Amino acid sequence: MSLREPDADTRRSWFSTMLRIRAFEDRIQELFMSGAIGGTTHLCQGQEAVSVGSIGAMEPGDVQTNTYRGHGEALALGMAPETAFAELMGKATGGSGGVGGSMHLIDFSKGNIGANAIVGAGMPIALGAAVGFQMQQRPNVALSFFGDGAINIGTFHEALNMASLWQAPVVFIITNNLYGEYSPIGSTTSGGPDLARRADPYGMPGVSVDGQDIDVVHAAVSAAVERARGGGGPSLLEMKTYRYRGHSRSDPAKYRPAGELEAWKERDPIDILGRRLAADGILSAEDQVGLRAAIQAEIDGAAERATAAPYPTLEETSSYVYAD
Amino acid sequence: MSTLTEPALAAVPAAGAAGIVELTYRDAINAALRDSMTDDARVLLMGEDVGADGGVFKTNSGLIEDFGPARIRNTPICENAFVGVALGMSLVGLRPVVEIMFADFLPTAGDAIVNQLPKYRFMSGGQCSVPVTIRVIGGGTGQFGTQHSATYESWFGHLPGLRVATAATPGSAYSLLRAAIAHDNPVIVYEHKALYGRKGPVTRGEVAEIGKAQVLRTGSDVTILASMLMVERSLAAAETLAAEGIAAEVIDLRWVRPIDLPTIRASVARTGRLVVAEEQVHAGGWGATVISELTMGGVAWRSAPRRVSLPDDYPVPYSPPLETLIVPSAAGITAAARSAVGR
Repeated sequence: MSLREPDADTRRSWFSTMLRIRAFEDRIQELFMSGAIGGTTHLCQGQEAVSVGSIGAMEPGDVQTNTYRGHGEALALGMAPETAFAELMGKATGGSGGVGGSMHLIDFSKGNIGANAIVGAGMPIALGAAVGFQMQQRPNVALSFFGDGAINIGTFHEALNMASLWQAPVVFIITNNLYGEYSPIGSTTSGGPDLARRADPYGMPGVSVDGQDIDVVHAAVSAAVERARGGGGPSLLEMKTYRYRGHSRSDPAKYRPAGELEAWKERDPIDILGRRLAADGILSAEDQVGLRAAIQAEIDGAAERATAAPYPTLEETSSYVYAD
Repeated sequence: MSTLTEPALAAVPAAGAAGIVELTYRDAINAALRDSMTDDARVLLMGEDVGADGGVFKTNSGLIEDFGPARIRNTPICENAFVGVALGMSLVGLRPVVEIMFADFLPTAGDAIVNQLPKYRFMSGGQCSVPVTIRVIGGGTGQFGTQHSATYESWFGHLPGLRVATAATPGSAYSLLRAAIAHDNPVIVYEHKALYGRKGPVTRGEVAEIGKAQVLRTGSDVTILASMLMVERSLAAAETLAAEGIAAEVIDLRWVRPIDLPTIRASVARTGRLVVAEEQVHAGGWGATVISELTMGGVAWRSAPRRVSLPDDYPVPYSPPLETLIVPSAAGITAAARSAVGR
């Protein structure tokens, strides 16, 4: 994608996709709390602009890796909510046939080549894909999404080092939501608040971005993607954002200071884009109400159909272990 | 160890040369890499120092000259990330071969090997295949000390999604590596560093069957099951035993995952006696698994199975006489076989 301004249709679709992610995550929270789904889940309400704005910078053939908090990226890449719900419910109609679960919403056909439950593991994998593109002289780029907690694990440094050494077409995206699991970032991470500075020792551009403003996110990722596609090498982007929920299903996030959540909700990414679309005459406030209702109905239907879907059998999933 | 300082043979017969050639174990590996890379442009080799001067163990002589630095890709010292990179490469159509310099370094790549390679296809619901080969150099007797002498060959035998092979001869070193590279699932192939200088017949172009052990010597009194360095020591033991009138059958395990139980069972059904010779701790290893599986399967043991292995509670030491004492010897295997037949 060139650095052209996204058109009205594109921004309208961003708005729909962000609403879809929000409604999906809210429904997942309800389903878990009611016991309808077991295990654990990691929700991304509040981070929608990062997922949608970044993925909007990808072209066909580009790929990305994400994390256990990856529902936003999966839906932004076009996974149907019903497929995602079914995966979380462990149903045969899920994206991984039900064997993956909440932490592994994966769709190779849409460039979603991995959602990883191990912190930091996706970065080398995205880098490998990027080096593969380079070796095959394919004009593609790999993105890797990971949290602020992942910048202290070895693979972050190992991957950035190799990416820079080989000038690989990869864009590393830190979704900095201020908490690594239950720990505030200041208690675990040295070097000051701008995580993009971690790019400096590896000789690549590092940019800190307002992760609540999708227009800003999209412009920053597009620039990094274009740079990579043009042979300019890797970049590190820090998206400053916030997760409204705790780390996982069982975390009420009592460690957060009073008022912090409310302050971030004042800069809700969906509201920011919604106000701008209304002001620009692209989508009126009235139309937005209608769109929200339509998307809620879509999510309701998807959850219902996934609930009714069958569970997989060992026989039909045994071929997932080995190829051929 | 002398085998490590020997210069590599300069002239490996050209790829495509048909028929059987006599090669060292080291040059058999070189030939397998060369033939695989010549046949398939998607194959590459990566790891620490793989290019310079033929690699640390000289298995890669001439490869960087012939295939260039992109396909003979030198990496920084960061096993976990470069195994992950290989996985990513495989997802977009390449077939990487990763060299891990010492088996003791496998734990530094633990996440990539345990959580990523074998589970990646599974957790995607079968959307991808992961054709990654890991060449691992393992084994003692070289005075490499306690952090450079392990095999740990059974560690990764516990992982669904993975295949694990061990090479005992030049012929196996060639055909197992070719099989691993051609396979669409992740495979760990063990090389033993004490064997690099050994010579033997290699069939250029041969691709081993996945999961197939090899009977190297037939005999009716006792079965000796071994891997890597223990295979040649078992063959030496069989010679000694033959002079004493004991006919030992020697099986090269070759695959730790999957273990070729049918071949082993057929042998033990005839001999009724078994010695497992392992250069690793016995508990939790392939030797214990084989004994367990055969017993559960109702084998009529004529005597209790024997094991020759590394000590249960003593790591591989540096001091030469100590290392010689703890790594199983031909004499130790001979004694175990004698004991099994009641001599």
